[in-house]
Amino acid sequence: MESEAPTMENNPKISAYYQTRLAHFGVVSTEWLAQAQSATNPLPSSSTDSDTDKDTNFSVIDEFNRWRSHPDLAEAVAAIRALAAVISSSKASTMMQLEIELKNASDTLKAWDTTSISLTAASDLFMRYVTRTSALEFEEFNSAKSRLIERADKFGEISYKARKIIAMLSQDFIFDGCTILVHGFSRVVFEVLKLAAHNKKRFRVFCTEGRPDRTGLRLSHELAKLDVPVKLVIDSAVAYTMDEVDMVIVGADGVVESGGIINMMGTYQIALVAKSMNKPVYVAAESYKFARHYLLDQKDLVPAIRPVDFGVPIPLKVDVECSARDYTPPQYLTLLFTDLGVLTPSVVSDELIQLYL
Amino acid sequence: MDPPRRAPRTVIDPVPKFRQVGFFAPPDRSQSGPIAADTSASLSPVMIPPPRHLSDNLILHARPSNSPRRGPESITVGGSNSDAPVSPAPSSSYSSRFVVGGDRGFFDGKGKDNGKVVASSFPRGGFDLTALKGNAAASGSSIVVPASQLTTVSVVNDSLGIPEKEKTNKGGGSAGEMKDQSSSKQQKPKPTKAERRALQEAQRAAKAAAKGEGNKASGTATSVNAKQAKAVKPAQKADTASVAATEKKGGDFPPEKDRKKDAPQPRLQYDDKSRVEKAKRRSVVKQTESRNRVELFRHLPQYEHGSQLPDLEAKFFDLYPVHPAVYKVGLQYISGDISGGNDRCIAMLQAFQEAIKDYKVPPEKSLGRDLTAKIGSYVSFLNECRPLSISMGNAIRFLKSQIAKLPLTLSESEAKISLDSDIERFISEKIILANKVIVKHAVTKIRDGDVLLTYGSSLAVEMIFLHAHELGKQFRVVIVDSRPKLRGQQLLRRLVEKGLNCTYTHINAVSYVMHEVSRVFLGAESILSNGTVYSRVGTASVAMVAHASRVPVIVCCEAYKFHERVQLDSICSNELGDPDVISNVKGRVDVNHLDGWADIENLQLLNLIYDAMPSDYVSMIVTDYGMVPPTSVPVIVREYGRE
Repeated sequence: MESEAPTMENNPKISAYYQTRLAHFGVVSTEWLAQAQSATNPLPSSSTDSDTDKDTNFSVIDEFNRWRSHPDLAEAVAAIRALAAVISSSKASTMMQLEIELKNASDTLKAWDTTSISLTAASDLFMRYVTRTSALEFEEFNSAKSRLIERADKFGEISYKARKIIAMLSQDFIFDGCTILVHGFSRVVFEVLKLAAHNKKRFRVFCTEGRPDRTGLRLSHELAKLDVPVKLVIDSAVAYTMDEVDMVIVGADGVVESGGIINMMGTYQIALVAKSMNKPVYVAAESYKFARHYLLDQKDLVPAIRPVDFGVPIPLKVDVECSARDYTPPQYLTLLFTDLGVLTPSVVSDELIQLYL
Repeated sequence: MDPPRRAPRTVIDPVPKFRQVGFFAPPDRSQSGPIAADTSASLSPVMIPPPRHLSDNLILHARPSNSPRRGPESITVGGSNSDAPVSPAPSSSYSSRFVVGGDRGFFDGKGKDNGKVVASSFPRGGFDLTALKGNAAASGSSIVVPASQLTTVSVVNDSLGIPEKEKTNKGGGSAGEMKDQSSSKQQKPKPTKAERRALQEAQRAAKAAAKGEGNKASGTATSVNAKQAKAVKPAQKADTASVAATEKKGGDFPPEKDRKKDAPQPRLQYDDKSRVEKAKRRSVVKQTESRNRVELFRHLPQYEHGSQLPDLEAKFFDLYPVHPAVYKVGLQYISGDISGGNDRCIAMLQAFQEAIKDYKVPPEKSLGRDLTAKIGSYVSFLNECRPLSISMGNAIRFLKSQIAKLPLTLSESEAKISLDSDIERFISEKIILANKVIVKHAVTKIRDGDVLLTYGSSLAVEMIFLHAHELGKQFRVVIVDSRPKLRGQQLLRRLVEKGLNCTYTHINAVSYVMHEVSRVFLGAESILSNGTVYSRVGTASVAMVAHASRVPVIVCCEAYKFHERVQLDSICSNELGDPDVISNVKGRVDVNHLDGWADIENLQLLNLIYDAMPSDYVSMIVTDYGMVPPTSVPVIVREYGRE
């Protein structure tokens, strides 16, 4: 196996010790760069197979996939757009019927990917909106229906706008000369950094490699395009570099009721290190990611399995931890940047209670 | 209403004031007025009942003055009881000091004992407490303070020379001067601990010299002393404020022997003698105060258990002001047949349903107001039987608001039917249905292979375990139990009957067992606004050990038990149980080392009922609103209040 690695080329002063190690354990795949570039996996979790029943004339899943392929669209928004499409193509004639159809579609979507928190949260949110609306409206059915569709469309805009709002709110926290550690490729966080660069702030970014998704490589590529000084650190080097870091910014797949977040594997580790070194951890998440789950520990999470490619076949009797995400409890998080404002983790439950009660 | 109010207030020792959860600035000796105002104004968390008539105290005090016992002084803070070993170290003295005689002497000497009570309390501060103790001993020293606070103070001021030595101590400690100076003394600012000790010593000397000084004044002082004593004496248990969440102050339990040392009413700071006296006068249930009360908890009532039960039973049929159903429930509380937040609340509400059914509006009166007043009197009665729990308090508040919301156009029968259905709805929705919702949420947190720990016996937790077992989950249960109630045994029996795997242990082994536990489920009496969980004593310890072992703690509590109060420790508000159950071990007659503990001067037994667990130990709260973090309790209180 070739032991050359791009790193060696970039850094000819690599010590002999490591050169030897590379020779011995060099399992670096030569295609890592290609892999990184082509890694466009939007979901850290692989979707579970589902033979979900498709609606006879209309498939929610297809619609969902169609929307998902949009690179900029958050998964939750795609779900909402799909549900909106369900409404518009529905043949129901009363509100109750429509609600039932929507409920079925929403369940289908959830079953399609049981591990995605934001999908569940967004569908629940939309369903709640629908039921609330139908309770209030006594007008005739068609106008109610069109209002729902209009609202669903607006939701997409809201999501897009949410990112802008979050980026705006977080500008105050990025000061000149600061060093930011980023983990995982979150479009919201990217938006934050993009706006900061646009505002001519001087900062530098440490990107964790983010194995096995190698999201760090993608993000660093994007940031380099914006002329932001980027440094890639491997996941194990986080504690080593934490001294130089001023803050950690991560996104979230879901924000749970305790105020903690579910994010790519490695976030909990980074939060622990940051907390022990008194560095703030900021989470940038839209408000529709607030979910009504309450996690007590890591095992409460529905595991999202992502096959890890080590580049070599794994020996037979060896087991691999394949979970793709972890749960970070609220005591390690400093602030949440959301489109509702800059919040502390305990506000999440407050918002959820008000929303769902 | 009480002209004396002014006077007694002045006497009130600043110390007791601060014991009353934060509303009062230490009153000036000279100012009875402001003090009175303070105390009455700060009713809400502290539930200080309106000041009693000075005359009451006077009578009370006057009577005992001749007897050797301290009597009513009750709690003149420490110092006053000359007989009591007013020791410089407040800590030791309290319990032992049985007032017997010492204070009396005080009184005799002065002539007007009442006054003394008041005065003594102030200066004493710490001393008084101890002094009072001695004095209070007779009265069961239940109320450290009351004496001073009460109107008697005013009387005292006038009359006395403040028999309480305390007073004089403040002044400067000469026994002789005590009397005259008592009033003036009362006005003095509290002396420092050292000074108080000195005073105490002097008082003791004076007391010895002037036997039979009244104890009275010390009442308030004692409370004050208690506070200081607390600081001084590590031994002192923290006072538990008797701010039982209930709004009702309830009546006082006038001690049969020493009014002054009255057991405090719930809500009422029992070291405030005047108030205690007042409450006692109004009360139906005559309770006798315990002896050997712990200084730190002087502001809570403590009575000898069961002593009045036969008497009350005899009176069952001629009790006019209280409806028989309510009376029955009260007796059941006293005897301990009904205990536990939910049970007590349901029993009370059902009794009220009966009472409302039989209620007839008197002519020329409005239903709303009259019925509210009647319910108020029932609640006072129940409070006298046993201090109201937080769940009961919230239920009463609900009932009163429903009465207030009745439209005026309703006829009497319609109004009664509406109230009846409101109560029915409350019970079924907020208690029974809420428990079902809690079970539904909480079983999702139980996984196969779990080891679940619980403490004591909570209805919600029991239902959760049984339901999870029905769903087929594989888990085992560890039940932690503690004396004196040993309620875990009932839970154990019920779970084993259903086939669950159970382990049973006592609380001293909890840290040993905790390492194999995966989740802890606890019940709660109430959850306060800062996330503090108020529950049976021992729960906080279990949660602390769980937290240290990084085991998640899940608290299950219905939302109607939440309260907007904030409590930082277990002292300012609590309930005291019967200390005799500590000294007796059922089935073990050979364990009799504590027999006759009440006669031992330095020995006090403390039987706390509740404790407060800080929110850091709690991982999650399960209510009928779902699973929330402890920081969301005020949100639920707010939303709940809107309904």
